[in-house]
Amino acid sequence: MGNPINSGDTAWILVCCSLVLLMTPALALFYGGMARRKNVLSTLTLSYVFMLLIGVQWVLYGYSLAFGEDIGGLIGGLNFVGLRGVGAAVNPNYAKTIPHGLFAAFQMMFAVITPALITGAFVERVRFKTFLLFSLIWVTLIYDPLCHWVWGKGGWLGAMGALDFAGGTVVHIAAGFSALAFALVIGPRKGFGKFPIEPHNIILTVVGAGLLWVGWFGFNAGSALAANGVAVNALLTTNSSAAMAGLVWMLLSWLDGRPSTLGLATGMVVGLAAVTPASGFVTPMAALVIGAVAAPLGYYGIRFREKCRLDESMDVWACHGLASTWGMVATGLFATVEVNSGGANGLFYGHPAQLGIQLVAIAATMAFTFGGTFIIAKALDWSIGLRVSGMEEEVGLDISTHGERAYS
Amino acid sequence: MLKKIEAIIREEKLNDVKDALKDIGIVGLNVFEIRGHGRQGGIKLAGRSGSYQVDLLPKIQLNIVLSEHNLEDTIEAILNSAYTGETGDGLIFVYPVEEVIRIRTRERGHEAVMYPGDIDERKGRKKA
Repeated sequence: MGNPINSGDTAWILVCCSLVLLMTPALALFYGGMARRKNVLSTLTLSYVFMLLIGVQWVLYGYSLAFGEDIGGLIGGLNFVGLRGVGAAVNPNYAKTIPHGLFAAFQMMFAVITPALITGAFVERVRFKTFLLFSLIWVTLIYDPLCHWVWGKGGWLGAMGALDFAGGTVVHIAAGFSALAFALVIGPRKGFGKFPIEPHNIILTVVGAGLLWVGWFGFNAGSALAANGVAVNALLTTNSSAAMAGLVWMLLSWLDGRPSTLGLATGMVVGLAAVTPASGFVTPMAALVIGAVAAPLGYYGIRFREKCRLDESMDVWACHGLASTWGMVATGLFATVEVNSGGANGLFYGHPAQLGIQLVAIAATMAFTFGGTFIIAKALDWSIGLRVSGMEEEVGLDISTHGERAYS
Repeated sequence: MLKKIEAIIREEKLNDVKDALKDIGIVGLNVFEIRGHGRQGGIKLAGRSGSYQVDLLPKIQLNIVLSEHNLEDTIEAILNSAYTGETGDGLIFVYPVEEVIRIRTRERGHEAVMYPGDIDERKGRKKA
């Protein structure tokens, strides 16, 4: 038996790891542009912090909680604490042809961006100290276990046969429904609903959305964990869904007045979030349908959220939560083993039970992330407070929290 | 007498107004980017999902300090060049000015607002 490490696979996942890392700065730009100018540095920081925080947490114990030896299908054990034994050799469960350490690094980038996505819910008013504490608690008690449920060897959702190729549940439904819970607890920004709170620099947002698209190739195609046909299919489905969703969103905004730049950039991201769980299991044609449905879902999801007078400020729930819920459902409809022999068939390929499994995975993820986040946020609100003072909020967090201004 | 014109005009009319003023020999002016509203009220902007109303519009404010005998020509030039006929064309305010002093030369009054080739020189008025 030769060396099981495949250099092609390894090279590709090294690149993908870097691409997924790029998504967090891209997300920071995406959100930063939509913030007001007095909060842009704060908004960037809320995302960037996770490259620091998870960069440490994942090595210390995060990876182990997610991918360590299974305990009751719920969480990983402590055998990989400090990345002990996670190095150059392969791992039969997670990394058959690449070094185990590379798999851990690739997964780290997912753990970085997921909580960064949530920050869109509470920008421009969150207290920084509380935010740091919340983040550490959230990744430890919500992300790491959920990641284990779906992707860890022995995790109960994965064992049940739930198909989530690159993080529809773990990343997007988790972020979307956690964002919803947090927004309910923290309450709206001052002046929300009374006067328009405008994006201060749509250029940043559009550049961020473009870079997210690029990074998403690493996110989805990299989730094949090999440089193979499944990866190529995932790249194609990812592109198809993003293109279709961006196009449909542009048309929807056109029907409401003008073809909005911010709108089509948002549509792209919604298409990307929607196709994420399906990307390695469905055909590019199915991905076009996924994107086409995701766009109105997100578009009218935002409208519905506005009608409810809820200040979930950057629509993490509508753009990621709703879109990826649909993506998980669509996986149960369109999945086919012709695309990926390691997957399963969906409803349209004669296996209706897969749809049921997908629904269970969706419901479990929603309940766990929404409920868990609600409890954590409430506890922090009662104890140390989630919000800055009214004066600090009005001055803006760039000055009041960070003592800096973005534009001088 | 010295006067100050404060003209609020459309952003997109700035070049036309500047050209018209240059044509009659108004040399000294300052331009401010401002926001405000009058009869036009506001505009609808496209948001992420649908549109929203903004009540403060971007406008341009021109400040010109000049001698009273040039006032009507200047007002006429602005009126003609800033006009579209739609609401939102703007307003012109005229104020008296107490004094003007050119820092470099310490000239005061009319002389401080005279430039080579300007409206006064064309009309044959010379510095004292």
